[in-house]
Amino acid sequence: MNTIITLSVLGIISMLSDILGYKKFILPIVIGGLLVAACSTVAAWNVPQQYFNMMQFDNYAVAFSTLIIVILILWVALSNQQYATEFNRADQYALILFSTVGAIVLVSFHSLVMLFVGIEVLSIPLYILAGSRKTDLSSNEASLKYFMMGAFTTGILLFGITLIYGATGSFDISIIQTYVANMEGDVTPMFYTGVIFLLIALSFKISAVPFHFWAPDVYQGAPTMITTFMATIVKIAAFGAFYRLFSICFANIMDNWTFILSIVIVLTIVVGNILAVRQTNVKRMLAYSGISQAGYMLMTLLVLNNESTNALLFYAGSYALSTIVAFTIFNVVHHLTGDEGFDGFNALGKRQPLLALIMTIAMLSLAGIPPAVGFFAKFYLFETVLSQGNTFLVIIAVLGSIVSVYYYFKLIIAMYVKETTAVIPIKVNTLFQAILIVITGVILILGINPSLFLEIIR
Amino acid sequence: MITVLLILIPLLSGIIACFFKDKKVESFALGASILEFILSIYAFFCFKTGNLESLVFNTPWISKFGISFYIDIDGISLLMTLLTTFLIPLIILSARGRNYSKPGLFYGLILAMQAALIGVFVAKDAFLFYIFWELTLIPIYFIILLWGGAEKLKVTFKFFIYTLFGSMFMLLGIIYLYLQTGPDAHTFSIDAFYNLQLSSGTQMWIFWAFFLAFAIKLPIFPFHTWQPDTYTVSPMPGTMLLSGIMLKMGIYGIIRWMIPIVPYAILDKWGGSLAIILCVIGIIYASIIAILQNDFKRLIAYASIAHIGLIAAGVFTLSFEGLQGGVLQMLAHGINVIGLFFIIEIIAERTNTRKLSELGGIRTKAPQLATFFVIIVFSSISIPLTAGFSGEFLLFVGLFKYNFWIAGVACLSIVLGAVYMLYSFQKAMLGNTSEKTSVFQDLKFNEKAVLIPIVILIFLIGIYPKVFLSVSEPAVHTIIQEISNTYTLK
Repeated sequence: MNTIITLSVLGIISMLSDILGYKKFILPIVIGGLLVAACSTVAAWNVPQQYFNMMQFDNYAVAFSTLIIVILILWVALSNQQYATEFNRADQYALILFSTVGAIVLVSFHSLVMLFVGIEVLSIPLYILAGSRKTDLSSNEASLKYFMMGAFTTGILLFGITLIYGATGSFDISIIQTYVANMEGDVTPMFYTGVIFLLIALSFKISAVPFHFWAPDVYQGAPTMITTFMATIVKIAAFGAFYRLFSICFANIMDNWTFILSIVIVLTIVVGNILAVRQTNVKRMLAYSGISQAGYMLMTLLVLNNESTNALLFYAGSYALSTIVAFTIFNVVHHLTGDEGFDGFNALGKRQPLLALIMTIAMLSLAGIPPAVGFFAKFYLFETVLSQGNTFLVIIAVLGSIVSVYYYFKLIIAMYVKETTAVIPIKVNTLFQAILIVITGVILILGINPSLFLEIIR
Repeated sequence: MITVLLILIPLLSGIIACFFKDKKVESFALGASILEFILSIYAFFCFKTGNLESLVFNTPWISKFGISFYIDIDGISLLMTLLTTFLIPLIILSARGRNYSKPGLFYGLILAMQAALIGVFVAKDAFLFYIFWELTLIPIYFIILLWGGAEKLKVTFKFFIYTLFGSMFMLLGIIYLYLQTGPDAHTFSIDAFYNLQLSSGTQMWIFWAFFLAFAIKLPIFPFHTWQPDTYTVSPMPGTMLLSGIMLKMGIYGIIRWMIPIVPYAILDKWGGSLAIILCVIGIIYASIIAILQNDFKRLIAYASIAHIGLIAAGVFTLSFEGLQGGVLQMLAHGINVIGLFFIIEIIAERTNTRKLSELGGIRTKAPQLATFFVIIVFSSISIPLTAGFSGEFLLFVGLFKYNFWIAGVACLSIVLGAVYMLYSFQKAMLGNTSEKTSVFQDLKFNEKAVLIPIVILIFLIGIYPKVFLSVSEPAVHTIIQEISNTYTLK
């Protein structure tokens, strides 16, 4: 709860900074505030707290909130550099912070009402931010499309919640859990329909196929740093909510929905990877790569034990770290070369060897090749899923990740082999480089010694 | 502890080498690799004198999964390690003065590759083995990508995706085996894997999952399509790494990680027998294609498929002779193929062509080169007293014990091998000089320094193979013993 309060207050502070005239100090204030929020989150470890049957800060919530805040700190630090959006910085921070409050609510809800509130709080600032390049047509398109899809999803979500309320008479997830346990797997069609509606609505949010088609357009149109936020924090939060809801409420009736979910997983992995191969725009490629990565993470929902929670958390962290690096470097390259395609990366290995190396490691991590952390994350995930005997899905996932090497390596090849005629020097400031180096260091260290973060949830 | 050093020295010197800007790195890399060679000789003496504790290193790494950093050197590992540490200095020396751009990175990658290769050969933990197995791929990928010839983009892509495809299925197999260990705490340790009691059906699919990884790496027909292009496009040191050492990982993997774990599948007609038939088809197929090649490098690439097919077939027979012959022949093949590729490099550098039709008459211009060449050719076609003979003989003994007809077909490779090797020698070295070979300088000091050790080794293995056979014998015995405790062997 302290986290939510801190973040909300921080959001208001940065909103007022323009009027009260301390806008110059906004960055240290935000970073400092986020550090306070991170500490207060970690302080709640092993001290489960419940608020009005609406929110529950158990270890699951604390772990995901901490991950979200850490990624947000990195995001703020990286987006502060010369290539942020044209939007007023204070307003941008305020909106991002409010959105993050939604993310925190999503990983700690204890009532379906809060699930709905969380999704709305998360999304509404993003509708604005996606369209923050006001004169850019594609930015406007992204905003509108995101809003339309968001509204549509909310409708489905509310419908699902209503049906479940109708069947159980409560929004409280522990009451729903008891209801399911009492029914002994034989739930009413109304309840079952509600579950499927919730599954669809949340699949929209994590951009799983066939509910993915908004993602590439929105990712491409939105300003890159906002895309980064959507691809990392929003995705983690949506997964946090998805997993929390299904593991608490619907674990006892798994047989009823695993078949549909399996189809979604197979489609997500296959379609995401194959369409990513076809992309010529890096942002779209990363969007599709995010879709396919969502497919891998979805596999944890077929297991639903402590192992799979840890695997999801680890994978989400690994994915977010690599993705944030990939998008930020793309942002730099895009702004300097004006090229959104793979060609913008041509000869980056010569022009800016450090960035090229960091990007290479991020790509290796996303592709799941040792020694980057992505490999271990995939290993952990596959091991968890295989231990429950889902061999077929793991084989699909393995094939998918082999295909993914194609498009991740396309960037590496562009950076090291292709030549360019462009002469604009690519310069980046030292602090920016330092942050990227630290993230890369974490990617490598966690890849070599993952024991540090393996058993967070027991 | 020595084993750890064997991995650390090339790794650290590889990282240091990356920071060199000029050509001093050549000497640095050579020094590091020679130091490594000396250390491996020391390991050899430790092994010989029975000081085995100094070779083991076992410490928990990711305890949650029962993964440990468990490395050890037994006879087979030792021979593979010695092969690696012997060949890497030669590869580095052979690249000397060839003016590769970004020399620091180039030699850094070669040394990093060496660290990963040795890791593969000494790992006794399946997870660790897999990590090293994958790590070998990254340096070689960049070596070909950055210094390769025409069409390198397409070729490296195919190479990378192909090999990754195979190894991912091996990873699935490894995870599956891991989940079978227990009952309470799972582990990746090789000892636990050896103790598993697997049903025949399970063994079969594990066999094919592993086989895919190893067959692609070797390569065995029909998984070989990446190989000729990759060998041709790759810069010469890369080709040497691939053919001299990296493909031995496949055979080594079969001996270490397949035979003791899934022996039933290897004895089954839909497992090992089918694999042997694929190997034999590959031998004949690759030999015939080799005869038709005009590009010298490509010819050797196909010859390599044929030779390695024979080794794999011999190993799959699960006989003592087959395994011993396989190990010995791996050494011989590594040495021969590096010699051959180096001679091709010398010829290509001086004449700017690798086409056999444009060569000829080099012997009159460069008698020393011709002498070295003929010795290596004889060794490749297994003339007695050269390295190729003893191993191939043992392999055929193993095959004949296994099945007369299969062995008979495989024997054709002796004839076909002689055809393409002698034919290429004749085309390149004998006859009249062509336009491109009219001016041809004989061997330089550097080049002799590479070829002399190769020739010495060829004769050593050929005349007194017992030095090497006695090293691997206990390990091979243990493997055979372990299987025959549970299964009756032919």
